[in-house]
Amino acid sequence: MNRLTPAPPPGRLIDAPPFSKGVKPHLANEQLRANLQLATSTIRAKRARVTAELPYWEELRSVGQEIKDHTLQHLPYYLALFETRLKENGAQVHWAADAEEACAIITQIVQAKGVNEVVKVKSMVTQEIELNEALEAEGIACWETDLAELIVQLGHDRPSNILVPAIHRNRDEIREIFLREMKLYGKPAPEDLDNEPKNLAAAAREHLRDKFLRAEVAISGANFCVADSGTLVIVESEGNGRMCLTLPKTLISITGIEKLVPSFRDLEVMLQLLPRSATGERMNPYTSMWSGVTPGDGPQEVHVVLLDNGRGRVLEDPVGREVLRCIRCAACMHQCPIYERVGGHPYGSVYPGPIGSVLTPQLRGLNSKIDQSLPYASTLCGACAEVCPVKIPIPDLLVYLRHRVVEEHKRGQRGMEQSLMRGAAWGMKKGKRFGRVGKLAGLASRALPLDYVRWLPWPGSLWTKARNLKMPAKRSFRYWWKQNRGGGPGKGSVRGGPGIGSVGRSPDKGLVGGSDKGFVGGGPDEGPVSGGPDIGPVSGGPDNGPVGGGGA
Amino acid sequence: MDRLELFRDRLIDYKATVARASGNEEISALVLRFLQEVKAATLVGPPALDKAWRTGTREAGIRILRDDPPLFKDVLNKTAAVVTAATVGIAETGTLVLDHRPDQGRRIISLLPDTHICVVGAEQIVTSVSEAVEQLASSVAAKRPMTWISGPSATVDIELTRVEGVHGPRNLYVIVSG
Repeated sequence: MNRLTPAPPPGRLIDAPPFSKGVKPHLANEQLRANLQLATSTIRAKRARVTAELPYWEELRSVGQEIKDHTLQHLPYYLALFETRLKENGAQVHWAADAEEACAIITQIVQAKGVNEVVKVKSMVTQEIELNEALEAEGIACWETDLAELIVQLGHDRPSNILVPAIHRNRDEIREIFLREMKLYGKPAPEDLDNEPKNLAAAAREHLRDKFLRAEVAISGANFCVADSGTLVIVESEGNGRMCLTLPKTLISITGIEKLVPSFRDLEVMLQLLPRSATGERMNPYTSMWSGVTPGDGPQEVHVVLLDNGRGRVLEDPVGREVLRCIRCAACMHQCPIYERVGGHPYGSVYPGPIGSVLTPQLRGLNSKIDQSLPYASTLCGACAEVCPVKIPIPDLLVYLRHRVVEEHKRGQRGMEQSLMRGAAWGMKKGKRFGRVGKLAGLASRALPLDYVRWLPWPGSLWTKARNLKMPAKRSFRYWWKQNRGGGPGKGSVRGGPGIGSVGRSPDKGLVGGSDKGFVGGGPDEGPVSGGPDIGPVSGGPDNGPVGGGGA
Repeated sequence: MDRLELFRDRLIDYKATVARASGNEEISALVLRFLQEVKAATLVGPPALDKAWRTGTREAGIRILRDDPPLFKDVLNKTAAVVTAATVGIAETGTLVLDHRPDQGRRIISLLPDTHICVVGAEQIVTSVSEAVEQLASSVAAKRPMTWISGPSATVDIELTRVEGVHGPRNLYVIVSG
């Protein structure tokens, strides 16, 4: 059967190879790395500049965190309120437990309208449920209208960033894609198209204008959903969002249940956090808000699909749920030294980068090779957590998920790490034993006149082929203590704290994942929060009305 | 920098054109100048647009359409420019907020034409997003849709280089009155 839209690459994302294997072809692609480096360094600088402009930026982040935490803690209440308000506003509300249900609901609505073409605003959640392909299978063409998504769709490609999905493409590649593909699916690109971004954008404008004008049905996601007014918010730049939200007769919006905020007042915080964190602008060019059907203006049939797709399960996990605060700004990926070098594709998910590594395995479960490897796709440098506008402790969550991977797959591929950890546990459990290990290591160190070991037989080679192994200290700390402080107060008080002493501290990796809670919990910036100067603090639980009563 | 200067500065940063006018005579002169600058042949206005803002445009040979009864989208797509009022301006972010009351019109009329001329009263301009949200609470309560506009349509999708002008109006003119 002939396809209606360009085919994406074959295969499913969840079948991607483990991260460490998947990155190899990308690491070898110099063009890709150059594109990414340029893009991420540009946006990092912009973000840093505009966040520094607000003296209360840190307070804003804390309040953003509080608003999202509060909503998630009372999510059933706010979801019910949101549904009630939407219905009062003339919208039709649908609930979808998973991707399959969501696609079926949307397909049915489109089919009932008797159309075979829809336009779509860029939306991560529609990528997550693979809506385009579900519609294509039912003979409905779903057109991406965001410029970057259009580049990806016409390029038979997959997005590699949640904010700038074609971040991996440069202007020459984009020109080629437009010249080759636009003519197959609508208004062709002008033959003399050059690689100037301005002209490339103009070609997209021309190509999509016809589609906007004739579309009867549009599909969108939502950046925020305001529970107490039944309002949806779309934050965008190009105006394709406004086109989709305004021109067609029917609008279908799908949103993850975590996108709620209690009341309109909370947007004062969110609409400062998101644009500055995302594109590094003081404000994005266009933000649209609508509350159901507006008589005589815009779509007169409005549907809202509320999607779970794993979120309910994540919410039950008191540690993992912090990820649900995410507002999809992409600041973490632009900051990440790993993402910057490999791009989004090796993450095997529509959510790449640091946030993807903690979100995807939780939404999909830790069963596939890629999902088990994602928590390890990090150096734990912490740059992501420093910029996150809602203070998601991504490194802590990575460590937590590594622990879960090990726990849930004890007999799996991490058998060796397990044995090493067990060995270390045995050695450290008793003071006497630990002392002996220290002595032994010192002995070995003194016997070999080396600073570093450059080669070890397997399995030690797994370490030494990438790095040298520092020799243990020649004398243990206990020995030093005895010599220098022996007989003093606290005699014999050193009881083998990990990290002290000369025990062959095998791979740093071995230190994480062993603790139940050691690494999870407040980082240095996470002090208690009090409302910043201009920001009304979050107040009022579900019983006494929604958040931000204006300090009344 | 005071509120109005900040507002102007931010909008210029987005490549919008900003001008100050006192009184309807100056407003209509600016409207005409901007329309001629983009060589607009047609102008659409919302139902309750202040007629004094477009004095002289018809005489200058510009066709004027009133979106009442509602115009077809094909007609609007061929219309060169739109003039609207606004509900709130935000200085800190260079933002105009339309809540689409009768002097601003349906969402579509300020979307399809390539040039948007927006008249905002100096007294409507607040400093921060927080103040704006407070002012706009009544619009949300009245179930009005809202469009927040910060500069002309733009994208950073190609190599993160900002380009003005994709799907929305490529020219944004802002007249601060009073």
